[in-house]
Amino acid sequence: MNKRSRRKVLIIAVVFGVGLATVLGLTAFQENLLYFYTPTQIKAGEAPQSHSFRVGGLVVNGSVSREAGSLKVQFDLTDNAETMTVQYTGILPDLFREGQGIVAMGSLQPNGMFVADEVLAKHDENYMPPEVADALKAAEQTAKERASGKI
Amino acid sequence: MIPELGHFALIIAFAISIVQSVVPLIGAARNEASLIAVARPAALAQLLFIGLAYAALTHAFIVHDFSVLYVSEHSNLVQPLMYRISGVWGSHEGSLLLWVLILSIWTVSVAAFSRHLPEILMARVLAVMAMISTGFLAFMLFTSNPFERIFPAPLDGNELNPLLQDPGLAIHPPMLYMGYVGFSVAFAFAVAALLGGKLDATWARWSRPWTTVAWCFLTIGIALGSWWAYNELGWGGWWFWDPVENASFMPWLVGTALIHSLASTEKRGVFKSWTVLLAILAFSLSLLGTFIVRSGVLVSVHAFATDPARGVFILAFLAVVVGGSLALYAWRSGKVVSYGRFQWFSRESALLLNNIILLTAAAAVLVGTLYPLVVDAFGIGKISVGRPYFDTMFSLVAIPLALLLGIGPAIRWKGDNWARISRVMTTIFIVSLVTGLLLPFLIEDELNLGTGLGLAAALWIALTTLKDLFSRLSHKLRLSPSYAGMVIAHLGVAIFIVGVTITMSYSVEKDLRVAPGSSYQIADYDFHFQGTRKVKGENYLADEAVIEIWSGNEKTGELFPQKRVYSGKGNPMTDASIDKSLFRDLYAALGEELDNGAWSMRVYYKPMIRWIWLGCIFMAIGGVLAISDRRYRQTVRQKLTEKLSVSRA
Repeated sequence: MNKRSRRKVLIIAVVFGVGLATVLGLTAFQENLLYFYTPTQIKAGEAPQSHSFRVGGLVVNGSVSREAGSLKVQFDLTDNAETMTVQYTGILPDLFREGQGIVAMGSLQPNGMFVADEVLAKHDENYMPPEVADALKAAEQTAKERASGKI
Repeated sequence: MIPELGHFALIIAFAISIVQSVVPLIGAARNEASLIAVARPAALAQLLFIGLAYAALTHAFIVHDFSVLYVSEHSNLVQPLMYRISGVWGSHEGSLLLWVLILSIWTVSVAAFSRHLPEILMARVLAVMAMISTGFLAFMLFTSNPFERIFPAPLDGNELNPLLQDPGLAIHPPMLYMGYVGFSVAFAFAVAALLGGKLDATWARWSRPWTTVAWCFLTIGIALGSWWAYNELGWGGWWFWDPVENASFMPWLVGTALIHSLASTEKRGVFKSWTVLLAILAFSLSLLGTFIVRSGVLVSVHAFATDPARGVFILAFLAVVVGGSLALYAWRSGKVVSYGRFQWFSRESALLLNNIILLTAAAAVLVGTLYPLVVDAFGIGKISVGRPYFDTMFSLVAIPLALLLGIGPAIRWKGDNWARISRVMTTIFIVSLVTGLLLPFLIEDELNLGTGLGLAAALWIALTTLKDLFSRLSHKLRLSPSYAGMVIAHLGVAIFIVGVTITMSYSVEKDLRVAPGSSYQIADYDFHFQGTRKVKGENYLADEAVIEIWSGNEKTGELFPQKRVYSGKGNPMTDASIDKSLFRDLYAALGEELDNGAWSMRVYYKPMIRWIWLGCIFMAIGGVLAISDRRYRQTVRQKLTEKLSVSRA
């Protein structure tokens, strides 16, 4: 090979490498996008059945129950319009408590139960996860519209 | 009174920074020595007044002046002195003040250690740094004044977020900022060179040590953040691909590309415009990182809607800095000619490839970090990018990067012959691949491709680096500190990869329900849970568990994880307890009290996790060694005087 064709090979190799990395990267990106749904959207059947996603809302007062002898916890999550049940096994974050806004990541079971792999509550009692704040606002808006007879 | 003095000092510093950004530039354009001479004293005066403002805010924290809004939000009467001092940079306003303070320290250092540089260049560099300072001071004065008062003053303040009350995190932001802001020196040099229209290799030679210092600080800063997350967050992880972490990692990746590219530009005069572009990029990402973390955009992009002044200012500032410097680059860089020639198989090509890989990695992080923000800003939906995306991307990037890291330093500048090194390289390649793949088999009687490849990569880097070192030694070649620095930094990469691979492959993590008097086996260790007791700290109360660790019939250690309640807000907080050693960490974090004295507890066995931070320390030491090269600095001086005498002639 002469110099020029060598350089061409090198350039082609680099372009090919970067291209391959981009394709693999975008595939990984697509597969790992986690969407966020509110309890209302989930009740309406908008959430996927097979994929994992995130859900957020307020933990309903008095709904947290533990299974004796294990680390299984069950609680209700609400956006003040709809309520759904979440199950989690493990240690809850420090700021998890009733009335607190939390975000859970996991997937929906055929029986409508959401099984979480991870529960997040941010470290500030005044702080509301932005997704949850928006979910509450959206639910409130719908309720208002309903009351005024628009829907 | 003192806070007002601090505020006043900031205003004066702002005025000085405007003078410093304009007057020396006019002087440089008209070649008037009296105007050029303004730059140095102005830099010094700016440091003085920003220092005064900083001291005033620290004073307000120390004496509990809760009439200052910022103090009342981030400190209280029981907060220990150390965290009152570090509380200054605990949030948005104060961290901006720290940022400009560090910027003015860097500016004055540049002014002080560069007496041998042409005054015109110096004037431009100091002016560019003053422009950055002007932007930040304006941002503080008009939107985020740390000295704002509240009336009536509260009797006691809120406290600094208890999570931030940790020595590791107290020094993490200053370290990180030293790195971020340090890249402004390379940036200022690049812009000054572009402004002057004479973009030779001088600027690269000169800004190289500064960039390396900044990179060392950034490396240590990121490592400290990771170390803190591991110690404090109670999850036992060392990296989460959190946007806050990514914000500091992107400038690091581009900064790493920059220090390698600077080497090519300095030594061989190639890639000049590319290096300028990297310098602009590294600093732009540092700015982006600062704003992403501190502006609240991550908490909610809509925070900008409630406080539009900040958002608009940040976007405008970024647009001016990034857009302005890129426009200047587009305008001027066409004139740049790289005089060095090289063949395709050469050190230059290897370094170029290194840059491409590192930039690909940075782009992957950028996409994963900003995409959710963009989607949210346009109201399309709420998404987040899962950790597996980043993990996949980095495993993809790591393999070619590791291969290149082994070969690159062995290839000669200008052009080399594969046949010269092929025998050694092939041998090392086969040895590392076979050993690497066999190791998981020896550890666990199980073949594991991922683990094997990771270990093989680390071995490959270590062996090729050491081989190069020994062959130089056997030829009685003098080892320069910069070469030694490279060897140590590259060995650091190998150590880091070993740590990551082993920790990710062989960690044991369990969430347990533990009853007093019972014992649990994790890896080869027995954890005996004795029960909990109440303890009192300086500003918190805690439940403390007592756990004995037994290995066989021998007691090897004790763990005391705590669940703390801080007096300020009454938030519970987990304080993990870790039994540390070079080859394994044993980690326990308390969950919550269940029934009959039983607790939920998180217990980890983390083999070789310390190697991750050890690797980072090696990299930073390598960087420091490289700058300490006296010979290198002398040649800089020598070459510069030569150059100057030539250009004057």
